[in-house]
Amino acid sequence: MASRLQALWGWFDARMPSVAEQWKIHAAEYYAPKNFNFWYFFGSLALLVLVIQIVSGIFLTMSYKPDAILAFGSVEYIMRDVPGGWLIRYVHSTGASAFFIVVYLHMFRAMLYGSYREPRELVWIFGVLIYLTLMGEAFFGYLLPWGQMSYWGAQVIVNLFGTIPLIGPDLALWIRGDYVVSDATLNRFFALHVIALPLVLLGLVVAHILALHDVGSNNPDGVEIKKLKGPDGRPLDGIPFHPYYTVKDLVGAVVFLAIFCVVMFFMPEMGGYFLEHNNFIPADPLKTPEHIAPVWYFTPYYSILRAVPPLFNSQFPGVLAMGVAVVIFFFLPWIDRSPVKSIRYRGPLYKSWLAAFVIVFVILGYLGIEPTTVWGQFPVSDDSFLGRYIVDTKDVATWVARVCTIVYFLFFFLMPWYTARDKVRPVPERVTA
Amino acid sequence: MKALLLCMLVFPGIVFAASGYRLDRSPHDPRDVASLQAGARTYVNYCLGCHGLQYMRYQGLTELGISEAQVKEYLLFTADKIGEPIRTTGFEPKTAKEWFGVPPPDLSVIARSRGADWLYTYLRTFYRDPKTATGWNNAVFPSVAMPHALWTLQGERGWDPKEHRLTEISQGRLSPVEYDRTVRDLVNFLVYVGEPAAERRKAIGIVALFVLLGVLFPLTYWLKKEYWKDVK
Repeated sequence: MASRLQALWGWFDARMPSVAEQWKIHAAEYYAPKNFNFWYFFGSLALLVLVIQIVSGIFLTMSYKPDAILAFGSVEYIMRDVPGGWLIRYVHSTGASAFFIVVYLHMFRAMLYGSYREPRELVWIFGVLIYLTLMGEAFFGYLLPWGQMSYWGAQVIVNLFGTIPLIGPDLALWIRGDYVVSDATLNRFFALHVIALPLVLLGLVVAHILALHDVGSNNPDGVEIKKLKGPDGRPLDGIPFHPYYTVKDLVGAVVFLAIFCVVMFFMPEMGGYFLEHNNFIPADPLKTPEHIAPVWYFTPYYSILRAVPPLFNSQFPGVLAMGVAVVIFFFLPWIDRSPVKSIRYRGPLYKSWLAAFVIVFVILGYLGIEPTTVWGQFPVSDDSFLGRYIVDTKDVATWVARVCTIVYFLFFFLMPWYTARDKVRPVPERVTA
Repeated sequence: MKALLLCMLVFPGIVFAASGYRLDRSPHDPRDVASLQAGARTYVNYCLGCHGLQYMRYQGLTELGISEAQVKEYLLFTADKIGEPIRTTGFEPKTAKEWFGVPPPDLSVIARSRGADWLYTYLRTFYRDPKTATGWNNAVFPSVAMPHALWTLQGERGWDPKEHRLTEISQGRLSPVEYDRTVRDLVNFLVYVGEPAAERRKAIGIVALFVLLGVLFPLTYWLKKEYWKDVK
């Protein structure tokens, strides 16, 4: 039997040797630093979630109806009448949030260890493009259940494009395909969600991994393992990705799936954060909900949008700030001027700024879920000079969001300065344990 | 308002409706089959006249320990076949809109949008209010369009705006304890209807976690240890 299989493989290999060659390049002879820690699980986990989303998504499309009249009911049909449908649906809805959790942690890892620095700038750029595509994918997908939050969330976000000077209104109309979010919008969002963006996403993931494997992985010490090679030509601190990291990532995948299952089986709504309560009310174009909040993974940017005051009655400055807040990640490789990559050898300046960035990101995220009145108002009288001419709003939360937004941008804008003058420690020749 | 804020600080577990009225914790139990059956009966008798459960089929009721014959005999009023959805008995949506201003919503997933606590409190806090069109108002849902459908059971309540609480005007067919139990059963049923697979979901979840943490985790962890022995 074994020899038969070997013969079959030999037949195959003689005709298509590139399979064995690619396996060597990307797994068996891809040398990864041996000191990967906890933070290095999230890349392979993101790949796992991508597969989960594609497979569960395929099954959902078999019963979902992209039609303004039928969509809401078809989701309930999946939840009740399709055998195992509720499981598929919860896999997909939990997977959406899990995707962002994993990607945020993966990006944070890159910021901790300077993984975006030379020579990995392209890896980083493809990564940010994946993140942008994922945001689009999530946005289009969220309209499909056709609940109140789906509908009004889409309405709000499409209207953001309408604030762009000159072309805005036409652009929003072009995106919607109608004057309001309607059946036409649902159909095109469905097309974009199930085929267009997944194709882009897959292409970018391939580019991300190819670019990574050309330059090799960074590591928690930020040293280049390719600089020191043994007589056999293998990096002294490198180990083959397969089998070492395939078996290690397997452990990570099991732990991740366990946490995934806890959410999916015991709290699929996650207290209204993964599945919003209002989204169990069918979309009603005539009834605007009192409080419209995007899903949690967009809320830091939504907070920034709300924090920026309008100019000449236009919300465009806020929209611009929100856009810049996302796009600015592209520039990290060039605005980081530190002589070292890893946080382990950086000085107190970068550490404090990174900590501040994480804190404001979380606060902005929280505030984006809540109405701006969540923390009450400052006791400023409307008749006072301050109340009349200086402050446009008395909501405490808005002012906190403004401070956080400023810190968010300063983290990036001041980076060339504070990374260059930070006190760094010497980086070792080889990776540490 | 200040007292309310203070309350929220002192008892963070207590939830308030948008109207500011404190929500009671719903004592429903999804594993209590008798309660679910009683809830189904109350629903068909008192609610189905206006509110359908269009995403639920009559067939689904057999999962509550009611036989097909019983469903056909006692509950199947609005359809001919047991595989059909549970639609309303009386009102056409259009007529209902003329009567109440809004068409009575379908309640298939009401427990998922409102939550059990809200429903449990709402159904127990209707009171007489001569200022509204129906003569009824509600402490949790001010100016609600729906009149008190269960008033013959609960009796009439009034509203004391100073004390911010309900007062008794007349007794109904049920004692307050019996009425609370009836509402609990009804809410239990609505929670079930909101997600019929909920109990199965939790049961499967326990098996899945056992396989992942009890079998796959030790196995993969051991595999990793074995492979990594030679990495120094």
